[in-house]
Amino acid sequence: MENFYNLVPLIVIIPAIGLLINLFAGKYLGEKGVGIVAVGASTGAFLVSVLLWIALVDTGFEAAVVNMPLLDGWIRIPSAGVEIPWQFRVDTLSVTMMLVVTGVGTLIHLYAVGYMHGDERFPRFFVYMNLFLVFMLTLVSGNNFLMMFVGWEGVGLCSYLLIGFWFDKPGGEGWRNSDAARKAFIVNRVGDFGLVLGVLITFWTFGTLDYYRPHEEPLHVAAHGAEESAPVFAPDVPEAEAVEHAPSGPLGVFNQAHLWLEEGGHRVDFGLFSMSFEATLTVITLLFLLGATGKSAQIPLFVWLPDAMAGPTPVSALIHAATMVTAGVYMMVRSNVFFHASDTTSFVVTLIGATTALMAGFIAMGQWDIKKVLAYSTVSQLGFMVAAVGVGAYAAAMFHLVTHAFFKALLFLGSGSVIHGVEHGHHHVAHAHGDEHHAEPFDPQDIRNMGGLRHRMPVTYWTYLIGMLALAGVIPFAGFWSKDEILLDTLKLGTEQGRLDGYVGFVLLLVAAVFTAFYMTRQVALVFWGAPRTEAAAHASESSPTMTVPLVILAVLSVIGGFMNIPDGFPVLGSLFGVHELTSWLEHSVVYAHAGSFNFLLATAAVLLALAAIYAGRLVYNDRVLRTLRLDPLEADPRTSRAFALANAKLYWDEFYFKYIVYPFRDAAHWLADRLDWAFWHDFVHNEVIYGTFQRATRVLTEPVDRGLIDRAFNAIGEAIRAAAARLRTIQTGYVRTYALSVLFGALLVMFIILLPVIRELLGM
Amino acid sequence: MVPLWMYLLVAAGLFSIGMYGVLARRNAIAILMSIELMLNAANINLVAFWRYNQPAQVGGQVFAAFVFVVAAAEVAVGLALIINIYRQRRSVVADDVDLLKW
Amino acid sequence: MFEVPSLSDLNVGATLPVTLLALGACVLLVVDLFIPRERKSITAWLTAIGIGVSLVFSLLSLSGAVEFGSGELAFSDMYRADRLTDTINVAALITALLGVMVAYDYLERTRLQRGEYYILLMFSAAGAMLMGAANDLVIVFIALELLSIPLYILSGFRRPQEASEESAMKYFLLGAFASGFLIYGIALIYGATGTTNLPEVWDAVAGVVAEDSAAKFLVMIGAGLVLAGLGFKVAAVPFHMWTPDVYQGAPTPVVAYMSVAAKIGGFAALVRVFGMGLSTFVLESGAPAAWQDTIWLVAVLTMLLGNVVAIVQSDLKRLLAYSTIAHAGYILIAVAAAGTAGLEDTAAQAVVIYLIAYAFTNAGAFAVITAMEKDDASNTSLDALRGLASRCPWLAAAMAVFMLSLTGIPLTAGFVGKWFVFKVALQADLVAAAVVGVLTSAVSAYYYLRVVWMMYFEEGEGDAATPPALAWAIGVAAVGTLVLGALPYLLSDMAREITLAFGG
Repeated sequence: MENFYNLVPLIVIIPAIGLLINLFAGKYLGEKGVGIVAVGASTGAFLVSVLLWIALVDTGFEAAVVNMPLLDGWIRIPSAGVEIPWQFRVDTLSVTMMLVVTGVGTLIHLYAVGYMHGDERFPRFFVYMNLFLVFMLTLVSGNNFLMMFVGWEGVGLCSYLLIGFWFDKPGGEGWRNSDAARKAFIVNRVGDFGLVLGVLITFWTFGTLDYYRPHEEPLHVAAHGAEESAPVFAPDVPEAEAVEHAPSGPLGVFNQAHLWLEEGGHRVDFGLFSMSFEATLTVITLLFLLGATGKSAQIPLFVWLPDAMAGPTPVSALIHAATMVTAGVYMMVRSNVFFHASDTTSFVVTLIGATTALMAGFIAMGQWDIKKVLAYSTVSQLGFMVAAVGVGAYAAAMFHLVTHAFFKALLFLGSGSVIHGVEHGHHHVAHAHGDEHHAEPFDPQDIRNMGGLRHRMPVTYWTYLIGMLALAGVIPFAGFWSKDEILLDTLKLGTEQGRLDGYVGFVLLLVAAVFTAFYMTRQVALVFWGAPRTEAAAHASESSPTMTVPLVILAVLSVIGGFMNIPDGFPVLGSLFGVHELTSWLEHSVVYAHAGSFNFLLATAAVLLALAAIYAGRLVYNDRVLRTLRLDPLEADPRTSRAFALANAKLYWDEFYFKYIVYPFRDAAHWLADRLDWAFWHDFVHNEVIYGTFQRATRVLTEPVDRGLIDRAFNAIGEAIRAAAARLRTIQTGYVRTYALSVLFGALLVMFIILLPVIRELLGM
Repeated sequence: MVPLWMYLLVAAGLFSIGMYGVLARRNAIAILMSIELMLNAANINLVAFWRYNQPAQVGGQVFAAFVFVVAAAEVAVGLALIINIYRQRRSVVADDVDLLKW
Repeated sequence: MFEVPSLSDLNVGATLPVTLLALGACVLLVVDLFIPRERKSITAWLTAIGIGVSLVFSLLSLSGAVEFGSGELAFSDMYRADRLTDTINVAALITALLGVMVAYDYLERTRLQRGEYYILLMFSAAGAMLMGAANDLVIVFIALELLSIPLYILSGFRRPQEASEESAMKYFLLGAFASGFLIYGIALIYGATGTTNLPEVWDAVAGVVAEDSAAKFLVMIGAGLVLAGLGFKVAAVPFHMWTPDVYQGAPTPVVAYMSVAAKIGGFAALVRVFGMGLSTFVLESGAPAAWQDTIWLVAVLTMLLGNVVAIVQSDLKRLLAYSTIAHAGYILIAVAAAGTAGLEDTAAQAVVIYLIAYAFTNAGAFAVITAMEKDDASNTSLDALRGLASRCPWLAAAMAVFMLSLTGIPLTAGFVGKWFVFKVALQADLVAAAVVGVLTSAVSAYYYLRVVWMMYFEEGEGDAATPPALAWAIGVAAVGTLVLGALPYLLSDMAREITLAFGG
């Protein structure tokens, strides 16, 4: 089954084929054909992932590096010692990501076939979606940072294309969509800049970008708190010897870093200055963190993600909830050796993650747009993952990444189904009244326009409810297990190592978790409970099976998804599903993965808090309020109205950026363009000094010298040539005879010239 | 035996007659015939040189045969073209064909 | 008396590119009968595939990756498969491919879509290739006719349009007339040396000159007549007069093809006959070959007349016809340089480099005219270019590239060709010819840039239609022109190993 490893290039190739087919033949295939190709490509990639998983299990989790056919030596500059191959890495971490990306991706593709039905650019949508898969899978399956970067930029491109997919919607909406796309792209550039710089410094430091060279195993240390993480070395090499008998020859960056850290005292020479290796790692990881805050929407770069909801809902589900935005988390988990080495960075990461979680959770409570709520919720949950990375709980971060992919995709797809249903109801109403053209502006995404949908859309409702419970962290749904592990790890950082960021992070995350439960209750109440508040909601209809089937599957996953990593010490379930399955699986590739134990007190407290928040939410958004919703109850209540206004205004982040970055930048650009470039450089230096001087000088030369002498001479030559040409052309009489004569004349001429020496000789000249 | 130079003289004469024909005749068919004369002058040369210089090798003879074949092909194409022109203009006078000039 | 030689004796393998093409044309001649009139795109595709296969074989042979046949000589020393053959094959086949692409839509819209067009084109390409492979004067003659006769027919393909018929007849009568000179010249050389095999001629000519016999005159007159015959093919002054009339009257896609293919064939034969067969024709030891002065004088005349008369032309096709005459002059300089002992190889390389660069550029320029031309063969005047840039920016950009390349501006293929030609001219001490070449290039800028000016800076109704095949042809030609110009080593590497030595 090792042969399965060689299939890994297919994971990129299959979606690529799918996109090429749809790109060139899409318009002939029809919606059905396009859908089959796109979903088929995604399914194919999923099957490859499953085979890789089987191969890993079968070979005892032995990681493999596979060359891309035809492309093995990707960038090779022998003179500079640069060699970056195009290699895929199959290990437990990358396969986890592949399974999530292709598995959830396939379901969302399927859903999108129903959701995008009737769109005029149906094939193009699926071309973009498959292109996204290509890049995302490149990102997670590459064996070096440059491949990751290629994927990283590629998914950014796809995100841009898909956010602005409806760039031509009428009534200014198209503008808003393309603005959102540009915002996402530009904000991400800031983060990408950090990542590029980090990768460059990594290359400078290590001379390579490979994570691990082929046939090189991650060097493990006894990670703190890990009780049974048997190091995975090359077979039969005892641990003690392993470091000494480290693989000879050049190492990948992580093992090299490991060895240098172990030796200590290594310095990195930057030409002008040198830095200790530890400090270099801090710089690298901080730059990586900047990249992650862009892609994974953390403070200060998260502002693009809520706007990105302008894209079609499947895009929000796939790219802006389940997969692409987790790329930052994946990148940090992949670089866990680096991050673990720097306390400074860990501190910053924890605080950024926890603060983001809390802040986004707060904003989510004041939003009216069904997708915006979920977007801020995504930001918040990503904050949980980032915080987990910060406290060194890499396995917990990945765990939450996976479960979050399930239930957040579910929630987004559910919201898409709701929007679809309400839009449908709106059309129905408008049609019945016969005034489609004079219809008032109606926002099918505004939860104030909904209510009581549980009767109209039962499947959507029940699956949505499961997603909400999973997100809120209610036992035994998926979100509970992963969130609990993060909370516990954060707390343990404080209690066991006395680290301040552990305590602070724990408190922030706990409050964020309470917020989560509350805003989700608010949303479910406003959307599904009570009675319909508009005609549209009253006439909403359940979506088609292509959309509901993925919902059901994701709902099942959201229920059972947490069982893949039951903490030890948990009664019954542990013996049923195995303990720490995901963690011990990840340990084979994530050096610092460690399993968290179960703390009964904390778990109970967290669940009780969540349930209390849900109950509170139900109290606030009771049936009486839901019937005649004018203002949010929190808005109406003077005690909370200010807070609600703050949340509703998104804490003025956008205004802040506009005032202090965008406008100053624009003004500076204007100033540079108007004053410096135009007034000074063009008008003064160019026109006055250079051009003027030159002109004055040339005027002297022109009149007497040029006009008088040179020009006249050239004109005369030109005239002579023209005259000669006009005369020569008259030879061309058009008569065959003339032409034949010219051939004869030519032959005689040629012979004469050839014979000239002989003739000369004969004549004695 | 007739000396070689006599053959060459005949060939040169034939070539000159052909050339004169091309230059002097106005009828396209006649021009074509004159060109045939020129080719045959060359053939006489080839065969004569073969007979007098290398009778053991067949090179010259073979070449002459090739020239026949090519000349036949040329005539076929040439006559077809001339007939085409004739259908259009009811004339095979080469000098009438002077639409394209200058 | 004769032993029937086996296929391996004939060394057919070495001739595969041209054999495949010729056989393919023969087969297609039959197959085409069964292709209905409205499905002639099949014939076009089959032709393109045939040419493509042949091109792949040529490129394989050129790259040295595959060695076809055993040794260089084939068909009883008639055919020589060396680097020159390979490069000429590539040039001719690329031209043929462009020719098919340019022609397809034109034939469709002028309702000339007949299979013979493509088959004739294939035969004539085979002729051009054979001229590059000729190791015997017989092959030179037969290949010349194989190249020319299809071109006569193609020129008149647009019957019953009078201009087309007229151009065909003029081309035919004058071409046959010139063949008369060629064959007479060959006969005289045969008489003087007793052989038609070029290496043997090379051997014998040295003896003939040494003996100082009357045979010397035969070789001299023969060389002159052969030069007249081949000079006619490449449109050298004063054998050029058919060129403007034929190019103006013939269907434009035919001109796009034949203006290049005839030159490739003609110059390949000139290099073979003069650079290889008659390079020992030296009257005094140490002096250059006796024909060198003649050829460079012809070259000078050609450059002067071609460039000067082009200035006053108002029809684009006619203008480019004179331009092709001028370019024949430039290449003739390199042929003349082959007369200096020791420079034969360098000169042959320069000729090939120029031809390949010229193939892309000139075929491309005529392809643009094809795009502009209306169904009634109008709209090819210089005035029709006015404002083309605003209506068809890509087409105008491509045309500008071709014009710059024809002028010989650096970074275009034309510059690379001129560079190598002038370089070898200076090496051969043909300073006067090189100077005239540079000066006339400057003159040529006047009319080439006027075309660019017309497109970009004059207001007007210039318009063109570029169906896919034609657009691809123009695109390929433009990209080729730019790439070969930007990466000159592509051309020089390809030509570097061309050598006219006989391998002992």
